[in-house]
Amino acid sequence: MPELGRAALLVTLGLSLYALVAGAYAAYHGRRRLARSAQNALVASFVSTAVAALVLLSALLRNDFSFAYVARTTSVALPTPYTISAFWGGQEGSLLLWLLILTGFGAAAVSLNRRWARDLIVWVVPVFAAVATFFSFLVVAVASPFVTQPAPPDGAGMTPSLQNPYMLAHPPLLYLGYVGLTVPFAFAMGALLSGRLDERWLIATRRWTLFAWAALGVGQLLGSHWAYVEVGWGGYYAWDPVENAALMPWLAATAFLHSVMIQEKRGMLKIWNVLLVILAFSLALFGTFLTRSGVVNSIHSFTESSIGPWFLGFIALTVAVSLVVVLRRVPLLRSPTKLESPISREAAFLYNNLLLLALCLAILWGVVYPMLSEAVRGESVVLGRSYYDFFLRAFGLPLLLLMGIGPLIAWRRASLRSLATTFRWPTIVALATGALLLWRGAGSSVPGLVAYTFSAFVITTIVMEFARGTRARKALGATSWFGAFTSLIGRNRRRYGGYVVHAAVVLFAIGVAGSSAFDSVAEAKLVRGESMHIGNYTLVYRSLSEHAGANATEIRATLGVRRGDHDLGTLQAGKNAYTIEQQVSNEVGIRSDKLTGEDLFVIAEQIDPNGTVYFRVFVKPLVNLIWLAGLVFLLGSVITLWPDRREQRRLVARASAVGLPATR
Amino acid sequence: MTLALVLAATLAVACVVAVALPFLQEPEPESDDLVELDEAEMRRLELFEARDRALAALKELEFDHRTGTVSDEDYREQVGPLRREAAAALQALGEVGEGSPIDGRN
Repeated sequence: MPELGRAALLVTLGLSLYALVAGAYAAYHGRRRLARSAQNALVASFVSTAVAALVLLSALLRNDFSFAYVARTTSVALPTPYTISAFWGGQEGSLLLWLLILTGFGAAAVSLNRRWARDLIVWVVPVFAAVATFFSFLVVAVASPFVTQPAPPDGAGMTPSLQNPYMLAHPPLLYLGYVGLTVPFAFAMGALLSGRLDERWLIATRRWTLFAWAALGVGQLLGSHWAYVEVGWGGYYAWDPVENAALMPWLAATAFLHSVMIQEKRGMLKIWNVLLVILAFSLALFGTFLTRSGVVNSIHSFTESSIGPWFLGFIALTVAVSLVVVLRRVPLLRSPTKLESPISREAAFLYNNLLLLALCLAILWGVVYPMLSEAVRGESVVLGRSYYDFFLRAFGLPLLLLMGIGPLIAWRRASLRSLATTFRWPTIVALATGALLLWRGAGSSVPGLVAYTFSAFVITTIVMEFARGTRARKALGATSWFGAFTSLIGRNRRRYGGYVVHAAVVLFAIGVAGSSAFDSVAEAKLVRGESMHIGNYTLVYRSLSEHAGANATEIRATLGVRRGDHDLGTLQAGKNAYTIEQQVSNEVGIRSDKLTGEDLFVIAEQIDPNGTVYFRVFVKPLVNLIWLAGLVFLLGSVITLWPDRREQRRLVARASAVGLPATR
Repeated sequence: MTLALVLAATLAVACVVAVALPFLQEPEPESDDLVELDEAEMRRLELFEARDRALAALKELEFDHRTGTVSDEDYREQVGPLRREAAAALQALGEVGEGSPIDGRN
């Protein structure tokens, strides 16, 4: 039913346009019924987009190759889960997913906050609608997923590297993150346009921002793990432009989540915060543009398309309009309070913000430089890994240290004597860790050693914060230590959930330092029966097998693995030859040591017809801490995101007390 | 094709009804003006925020002092201004009329 899909998207475009025009008119002229009508249009646009999404999903599941999109991204032999993931595997489908999430978030954000921020919501609706109008225009006029054709007997299939379970979750999570950043943007713009620059827009968007940020974070980690196990080059992050495209808005959102606390607690940094929100949203748009326009050379850019100029135009318009609105409201954004001391928690947050932003802009420069160099000099110059690694060390290591320093400094100001007391144990533990690692030979990589030392500092501060807090709650009357611990977290979810996220970042840093600064690699061409050595491992090439899978021929080399005198069993690495797609993928072999977090990583680079295999083998110490960090990050995010009913009651009561009755 | 067109038409009509609903429910309302906060109400909102901010800061300072993150010396220096800030906000709220009682805080 392509006609239904096309019609539903046309309805979405009409509703979005109506919500934009009628919503803006109602907000400007103070028309109550028209404003409600615009809000209803935004909610209805989600319903019509959902209908279009169901039509596409149904076509995918039925292998209806009369849909050009279905024929281009799937085949009869493609397993069902990947057929579903084809929804976001191509450009048109992923833009439809963007629109579906956007209208869903818009409808939810407007409905949830209607009770206590009614005057603000009126202005938020047209902003949401403007973004929805752009995306619905794209899927109606530029990149429709409902283009039809005479149905071929089979489809072209899916890129082999996308046929991986991670692809079921990684792109949707990134999209939840990208689109989620529209919510703080719409509320910030709504607050600026209405002149209602009180705290409500911050409170209304706090959890949305956290959700988007958490989804982006988890999505990136899943993407890294996908690259690690599927792409088969031996790493998990290549500073690829499309990887960077997701990292940049995440960094900007991280900066915002920290600086917004300064505004909430001290009433400072109002201009800075709206600029960060605009930056995060613009970078989310830019990320979608990079992924979908085909403008950069990336393993993640699967299409060449004509949406690039539309996206660039929309990003330019968004930035320009947003900055004009901010400039017009500067008098209202001036802060009544000033930074009292450079040694205070807000100062530490400010330093953290500057470093995050510097890292974000350095990455942005690395991403756009090839495009700029091509435009100016006619030759695309790509900035390599060393460029990014330099800035990661220059800005990332101080950031890591600041994660430990911030929680130990008081708000407003802290005396040096107080700092000497609070920093004593973390410093001792960090220096002892550094000395011990140096003695054990970790001095071969100075950045790695520094990362471990700073990590020890941060972990000590986190443990101390939890221990002291639990002791204080126990002294305040908790019946048990466990009760004291849970009430500590329950009453301060943002603070202690934040510490859990910090612990995740430390695990991540240790994993990255271990696997990149202290890894080893060996290569050998082996015939059956021959062996190779790397570190303490011995690998013996035993056999080569071939069998037909669901949609590919799977060739596997089997290696016997020993560490010292211990037999660790076998490991398989090889290649899949995809018949329909006419492509070959590396299928790596990984043996993880659960105790040490180390991976033995085997790539069968080349398999000769006579059975000789060229192997490349890595030993990656502590790499599994990166994936463990993802779980801890998720836990911390959930703690921080958990709804706080006391706060909600307080907000509704406050709104009611100033003349915004919840029932009206 | 026909079924698709019928479904599409139904969707379009349902959306038009949803959009028109506020006008259908209230064809002739007493007032069609949006609820807007006047200057006095905005001032009260600011004072509520200032009060809540000061009380939250006091609560956090007390807790940080209890845990040892804030020393006695820093606590003594900061608690006075914060209490004065909270008291000033409460007093100003009293002067403009606090409205209905707020708070779920403890």
